[in-house]
Amino acid sequence: MSRLAEWIHGGIVITDGAWGTRLQELGLEPGALPDAWNLASPDRVEQVAREYVEAGSEVILTNTFRSNRIALAAAGMQDRVAEINAAGVAISRRAAAGRARVAASIGPTGKMLTAEEVAPPELRAAFLEQAQALAAAGADAILIETMSDLEEARIALRAALSTGLPVIVSFAFDTGRNRDRTMTGVTPEQAAAEMAAEGADAVGANCGAGIERFVPICARMRAACSLPLWIKANAGMPEWREGRAVYSTPPADFAAFLAPLREAGAAFVGGCCGTTPDFIRALAAEKERL
Amino acid sequence: MADLQKLYDAVLNGDQKTAVAVTQEALAEGCDPMELITKHMVPAMDEVGRRFECEEYFVPELLLSARAMKGALELLRPLLAASGAEPAGRVVIGTVKGDLHDIGKNLVASMLEGGGFEVIDLGADVPPERFIEAVRENNARIVALSALLTVTMPSMRKTIEALEKAGMRQQVKVMVGGAPVTAQFAAEIGADGYGENATAAVALARRFAQAG
Repeated sequence: MSRLAEWIHGGIVITDGAWGTRLQELGLEPGALPDAWNLASPDRVEQVAREYVEAGSEVILTNTFRSNRIALAAAGMQDRVAEINAAGVAISRRAAAGRARVAASIGPTGKMLTAEEVAPPELRAAFLEQAQALAAAGADAILIETMSDLEEARIALRAALSTGLPVIVSFAFDTGRNRDRTMTGVTPEQAAAEMAAEGADAVGANCGAGIERFVPICARMRAACSLPLWIKANAGMPEWREGRAVYSTPPADFAAFLAPLREAGAAFVGGCCGTTPDFIRALAAEKERL
Repeated sequence: MADLQKLYDAVLNGDQKTAVAVTQEALAEGCDPMELITKHMVPAMDEVGRRFECEEYFVPELLLSARAMKGALELLRPLLAASGAEPAGRVVIGTVKGDLHDIGKNLVASMLEGGGFEVIDLGADVPPERFIEAVRENNARIVALSALLTVTMPSMRKTIEALEKAGMRQQVKVMVGGAPVTAQFAAEIGADGYGENATAAVALARRFAQAG
């Protein structure tokens, strides 16, 4: 039985949209580490979180996607894991102010196990350190997202479960003709079954493709496990107009997928790359309508 | 006799240890290094590419096969150089300025090495000046640019502009790739080609090398 059942109440829960692009609009340098702003510019991070709560997000994430020791090392911040994660949770909790729950984000390390760029004990230690910092700061749940490698996801899941918090594991299916495999070849069925067997409270898919691709992925995960499903789709694929990336799906078209996704078994729906508070408003309005 | 089917299998299965051992054995018996490459290793990498296209192989399998190939090639290169054989081409590769992601770039670099190219890997977050320096120092004819983020893709355009300003644009072919990169974007910034994945990147580099 998933500990997230009480979050859902049999209906559908609207989560949030992209943070990184919004932070860039607020002045974050392209390519700079968004997580560093939890310490350097907490007000602007909180503004993004608050925009989502005001748009109707019932669950918001934290700006901690890259705040594991291995990923932070790329920016020379590997010794500030506890601080950055604690600040990230505190910011989202302030913005939520009891109106939304906080699922704290853990992303991949960016190093590949199969290529022996990193060893399992190092991964385990990095995820445990981050998960403990997020839990200590008062996160309501932990979200492990944009995963490609089953083993890395499993290591992160075990670390996150050890905190006692509910844990969601979400994969990025961005590979193959139908974009239904992760970079390392994992199928939706494998991801769902393996994570369920390890004790995850929810599984899902995020990033990697436009929302239309998530309906079949969701249905396939539903067939492979009985856990609540977590879906965060991109606003289509980026197109280039006048030197800027423009995502192709407008908010209303995006929100029109809420019913098919619910039909396919989704419990949590939100957006990934290219989505904004407008997408969340459209999803919340569509939820009212359904 | 060295069992050369084993060399093919080792590359195909990403078994570097066996690939190196069989290559050593074959060389000790006097096999022609060029023949080991063209008759056994290249066909194995072609099959790896085919399996990738068919979605039987994914990124980890590609990486392991490319490493097996590289391990064997390291034994053969000095012999080839001594006999005057040139590499397929020389490629300067890097993830562009502002972007720290290197999984895709590493994969393309490994596959290019596996394809017989000499690869100068500049790492991630590489400013345009570093690309120019590396092209000049190594007399490279191909520049491969990687980006994972839409916000760092403009660095690709800047790198191409910097090559133009340095008067080197005619000397090199520029190829671009990475998850958000499209053929449309490649054309828009004036790149010479776009590789949708690592095997496509190798095919593209081969075309450039043959044309050049």
